[in-house]
Amino acid sequence: MKKIFSRPASLKDAQFHYCPGCGHSIIHRLVAEVIDELGIRERTIGVPPAGCAVLAYNYFDVDMAEAPHGRAAAVATGIKRVLPDRVVFTYQGDGDIAAIGTAETIHAANRGERVTSIFVNNAVYGMTGGQMAPTTVPGQVTTTSPGGRVPLRDGYPLDLSQMLAVAAGSVYIERTTVSNPKGIIKTKKAIMKAFRVQLENKGFALVEILSPCPTNWKMSPKDSVRWVEEEMTKFFPLKVIKDVA
Amino acid sequence: MADKVLMRGTHVLGEAAIRAGCRAYFGYPITPQNELPEYMAAAFAKMKQGVFIQAESELASINMVMGASIAGARVMTSSSSPGISLKQEGISYLAGMELPAVIVNMMRGGPGLGNIAPSQGDYFQATKGGGHGDYRVIVLAPAYGQEIADMTRSAFHLADKFRTPVMILGDGMMGQMMEPVEFPEPVDLSLRTKSDWILDGARNRPSRIIRSLWLDTALEEELNWKLVRKYEAITREITDQEMYLVEDAELIVVAYGTAARIAKGGVHRVREMGLKVGLYRPKTLWPFPSEPLAKLSRNAKHIVVFEMNTGQMVEDVRLAVEGRCAVSFYGRPGGVVSTPEEVARVFSSTYHKVESGETGIGSSYQDEMRAVS
Repeated sequence: MKKIFSRPASLKDAQFHYCPGCGHSIIHRLVAEVIDELGIRERTIGVPPAGCAVLAYNYFDVDMAEAPHGRAAAVATGIKRVLPDRVVFTYQGDGDIAAIGTAETIHAANRGERVTSIFVNNAVYGMTGGQMAPTTVPGQVTTTSPGGRVPLRDGYPLDLSQMLAVAAGSVYIERTTVSNPKGIIKTKKAIMKAFRVQLENKGFALVEILSPCPTNWKMSPKDSVRWVEEEMTKFFPLKVIKDVA
Repeated sequence: MADKVLMRGTHVLGEAAIRAGCRAYFGYPITPQNELPEYMAAAFAKMKQGVFIQAESELASINMVMGASIAGARVMTSSSSPGISLKQEGISYLAGMELPAVIVNMMRGGPGLGNIAPSQGDYFQATKGGGHGDYRVIVLAPAYGQEIADMTRSAFHLADKFRTPVMILGDGMMGQMMEPVEFPEPVDLSLRTKSDWILDGARNRPSRIIRSLWLDTALEEELNWKLVRKYEAITREITDQEMYLVEDAELIVVAYGTAARIAKGGVHRVREMGLKVGLYRPKTLWPFPSEPLAKLSRNAKHIVVFEMNTGQMVEDVRLAVEGRCAVSFYGRPGGVVSTPEEVARVFSSTYHKVESGETGIGSSYQDEMRAVS
């Protein structure tokens, strides 16, 4: 029998802890496939965040250094500057990268750090139980915006990727989704390109991936993917935001 | 050994760090320590090696330190009091992840923005943890230019040996003052063995993880006990102090860093008056050199602690002495620097009160202030 599907070498033989319908498992696999295909597993160092993906070090079979909440871009900078011939990626959620880590991320991008950032946007703080995130959309109900997010009270959803595009050191920024098969294929291509930008020593690259969170959205997985496509994309349109690679 | 050179404290520290093999520095400007990052930037540029980043904040710089340490570099950051507060998040993680790093605090007056004058207001923060969680940081307290060079060398060695953050605690005066210094030969980096825990890619070995998250309480408890065992070893091995004219001393002055130099001037003055006064100067603030002080307290009649704050180290002195002799405090906070004459008056008035059997000496800061006014 011909084997046509197997676990990427860059993933350990471990069962994901993620909730049913969550996008993290898919995104982990895509990142691992890209690392395998580029043949960089033995020289890659990953920096997971505080958040749902904090345990990413239990899944990726590459060297992994857990960063304090929001500081992944700074930790990755320290690693990459000391070891410029290694490949360094961060894996961060929206609260991590677009709220507490905004400054670290913008300045890493502005310095043109040769780092690849995987930014998983699910419009909510997942691990802490569904609080309002910087990316929560207007009207969205969370545990800390119980009547729905009111922009003039709670702030508007923050488009960090657009902000990063303004920084002269960023080279490639694309927003994709893993809510449908076509989006998953596009996401993998984007991740591949974001790693290539680093390998070609060009500057900072980031892929923002819209990802469903059925548990905290209190929706079925099926309704969640529909909500990504019908509601989230109004505020976070799927597109190449910057490409000067 | 090279010839003596005249250099300011911050430059001495930078040169000693480079000779100790420091090839990565991350910082953020704050007075009074800016000459140190400036020295590192210029030196690395001249050497055409080393990583220097002026980060967007102290928070970012300490996390870059974390990354460089993870990657195996000898790494340093420096700041002054308000900036060190911001670095405390990262210092807690460095302790929990068991990462070596050297952190320099050239203390200034506080709390808050305070001022830019020399102070010792951060003793508690430096020696009692500083950030969250159950940990300690090695704290070295130089008092002289030569000691800045020597302690910086050993700071990198201790950080590597014990896989722990080490703080060099100075103040604005120490950083600015120029003194003659001899530097040791540079460390041969090619002889430095690569650690078996760093992250440089899983080539021909299993992948590694560096983290501080232990959701299983049994594992987190074990990490904490492991740190305790390490701290016990550090306490046995590195605790250090200077004892000056203490053999016959009836009054012992305890002071560290710049305050100890001022106190030494005061001790000279009262010795000339025939008073039996000596100086005990902790060189490691954590671990605190308790045992030699405990021994001295059996024969001394009184101890005066002098600090450039409102009374912080005095608590560790009282713990060391355990009531065997009376302990009083004299200090000037807020960036005020006492003169040797001023502290000599405190020492002599305290001495005479002890001789005449007066009790309750210096039971409060205000008492001591009244005593000298």
